[in-house]
Amino acid sequence: MRILYFAWLRERIGLAEEEVAPPPEVTDVRGLVEWCCRRGRGYAAAFADPSRIRVAVNQEAVGLDHPVGKGDEVAFFPPMTGG
Amino acid sequence: MIRVQREDFDVGAELARLGQGNRAIGGVCTFVGLVRDMSDDEKVSAMTLEHYSGMTEKALAEIEEEARARWPLKDSLIIHRYGRLEPGDRIVLVATASAHRAAAFESCQFLVDWLKTRAPFWKREEGEEGARWVESRAEDEKAAAGWASDRKKE
Repeated sequence: MRILYFAWLRERIGLAEEEVAPPPEVTDVRGLVEWCCRRGRGYAAAFADPSRIRVAVNQEAVGLDHPVGKGDEVAFFPPMTGG
Repeated sequence: MIRVQREDFDVGAELARLGQGNRAIGGVCTFVGLVRDMSDDEKVSAMTLEHYSGMTEKALAEIEEEARARWPLKDSLIIHRYGRLEPGDRIVLVATASAHRAAAFESCQFLVDWLKTRAPFWKREEGEEGARWVESRAEDEKAAAGWASDRKKE
């Protein structure tokens, strides 16, 4: 599974992207966030306020209940500010 | 048509190309977004736009498709820039062409409202107090929501 981080999430975690292999009990976005938070202080700080985080799976905006699995591209980012 | 690019664009040249040769077009509506030199009473010296390459193109194409399903457009164009920009620089061009003005005006506003909250761009402003990520605005969310949800999901 590939995870991408954008804007201040990228800065807080210190990575733009990484390949991860979460344990099998991680089946949805919420589970993935919880697993990430246990991986280090940078992650816990970045994900501290879920209301400020948006997620896309395979480049489609989704909610926390969306399933994730092997081979997926998951992206975490703040609310968009284009235009 | 959608384009995501670092380079500037020439509004006149883009409009000349839009719907070229299509004599059924009666009106073209254009929106050009620019970098301001002030943000929340703070001076802005530059702005960097980060984006999610791949998803950006997909999201813009979906937004454009949605507009063309809602209004009888003869042509449409979205150009969005990324990278480091300075006050006065152009950020985005949205243009819609239709037989009559109402469809062109409405769809142009719809496209700008939706791309602000649905296209994965993030702005980082540089000012006198350092750099900061721009927060999304409740008014933008409200404006986008005002057009109701996806027609497909309705």
